[in-house]
Amino acid sequence: MTTNSLTTSQGAGRAGDKVFSGAALAAGCLILAVLFGVALFLVVQALPALVAQPEQIQGGQGFFAYIWPIVIGTLIAAIIALVIATPISIGVALFISHFAPRQLASGLGYVIDLLAAIPSVVYGAWGAAFLAKEISPAYGWLANNLGWIPIFQGPASATGKTILTAGIVLSVMVLPIITSLSREIFLQTPKLHEEAALALGATRWEMIKMAVLPFARPGIISAVMLGLGRALGETMAVALVLSSGVLTASLIQSGNQTIAAEIALNFPEAGGLKVNTLIAAGLVLFVITLAVNMIARWIITRHKEFSGAN
Amino acid sequence: MSKRIDVKDLNVYYGNFLAVEGVNINIEAKSVTAFIGPSGCGKSTFLRTLNRMHEVLPGARVEGEVLLDGDNLYGPGVDPVTVRTQVGMVFQRPNPFPTMSIRDNVLAGVKLNNKKISKGAADALVERSLRGANLWNEVKDRLEKPGSGLSGGQQQRLCIARAIAVEPQVILMDEPCSALDPISTLAIEDLINELKDQYTVVIVTHNMQQAARVSDKTAFFNIAGTGKPGKLIEFGDTHTIFSNPSVKATEDYVSGRFG
Repeated sequence: MTTNSLTTSQGAGRAGDKVFSGAALAAGCLILAVLFGVALFLVVQALPALVAQPEQIQGGQGFFAYIWPIVIGTLIAAIIALVIATPISIGVALFISHFAPRQLASGLGYVIDLLAAIPSVVYGAWGAAFLAKEISPAYGWLANNLGWIPIFQGPASATGKTILTAGIVLSVMVLPIITSLSREIFLQTPKLHEEAALALGATRWEMIKMAVLPFARPGIISAVMLGLGRALGETMAVALVLSSGVLTASLIQSGNQTIAAEIALNFPEAGGLKVNTLIAAGLVLFVITLAVNMIARWIITRHKEFSGAN
Repeated sequence: MSKRIDVKDLNVYYGNFLAVEGVNINIEAKSVTAFIGPSGCGKSTFLRTLNRMHEVLPGARVEGEVLLDGDNLYGPGVDPVTVRTQVGMVFQRPNPFPTMSIRDNVLAGVKLNNKKISKGAADALVERSLRGANLWNEVKDRLEKPGSGLSGGQQQRLCIARAIAVEPQVILMDEPCSALDPISTLAIEDLINELKDQYTVVIVTHNMQQAARVSDKTAFFNIAGTGKPGKLIEFGDTHTIFSNPSVKATEDYVSGRFG
């Protein structure tokens, strides 16, 4: 009878491994449990509103008629925010990572990070009290000169509290997210690829097009999607800035509403089925955000073969 | 399609640190010149000054002259971008652009500076460059596949194809085989022998047998100690450097007594 001498092992190291793997497993399960709990709560609480008679829902036309204008309003605000913020963020991030002198770059990086630290209610107050007032003459000009485009149809809001203003405020809020993530990705571009481009006779901008942007593409998409997540879910700023109303195509009239602001403004006084309706609206927002993230992931994996990961 | 390089009193700095001091060297057109020497002696640093890639690093600068057929690379008003289209470079680790197909990798340098090229001309150039890099037969059926899917040796030859596609005068190679297996290394060495019919080739290598196999002339660099600048110790015919060097340090190095 021989015993295998390899079966004995060091006790202490094994115990550490077990504790760590147990803790990691518990953390992983906790996340899933919380997510499942939230989803379950949303579905259970939303169900009465989803199955209720159409006339019982606010507006009297059923849940779908209630929700779709604010879904569109949410998407419009978020898209305005991204259309403004994405190019600026990528430009600023490129400036910091590849163009600015080192001292200026780190200072600018801090300032951008500081933008992310400002509470959203402050942005909302700034948008409502300052930006809306300052920007309303521009809306008047847009209505007079570009009024034939449906999105700039007059009469322009005199207070400036429009979905476009809300979108601009949101763009300032998502700017630091997209900028700092993009900057991190740009800085991680392999020196090897940058030098390969330069050695072929690329100018700085060509090097960025050839080596930096393709490498950073999935990262930029993730950053934009994170920004989109924030823009979709942002409540306080929109609630303060937007003077809400029915869905309108024009971005410079008052009107439109977002899901998050709708919930925040109505929840305190809601009761009965109204609460269920608002929670159902929350469920819809949850599904939209989930869909956005899945689409982003799909875009990223579609180009896996060329990602350099292989 | 190849030019000679003459270097006069070149000092190379990283910030205030003098990395390479007082290099004078004359590199003939259509020849292979090998730089050998121990690690940290500045041979790669010096190589990168020959196409102004050195100054890509923050704070890096040079003093002195590098003449490409008499034109000073560091003269006033000289655009490093122009220099690099004339003096191509192949790096230590293969670095094809991972997001590009094999074909696009070859054409990467050609499409720069908003140059337009017809599809037929592009196809011909891709084939010619890949043939020039002895890679055509291996990749001709998968030109649209990513370059990063090739083996290390194939990737390095793809990088050489990319470098010769822009038709440079000189090709610099910074330890091109150090990340490759012996068979891939042999393929690259054969290629270097063919390249010198058309180009001036300068190669940095740690492998003395490689220097002896591929080069016409060899330059030996050495460093007196840590923190001291690297210097060009001896430059001459490869055969002379390896069999009958005039400096003791060179003899010690090539005979394996140090380094």
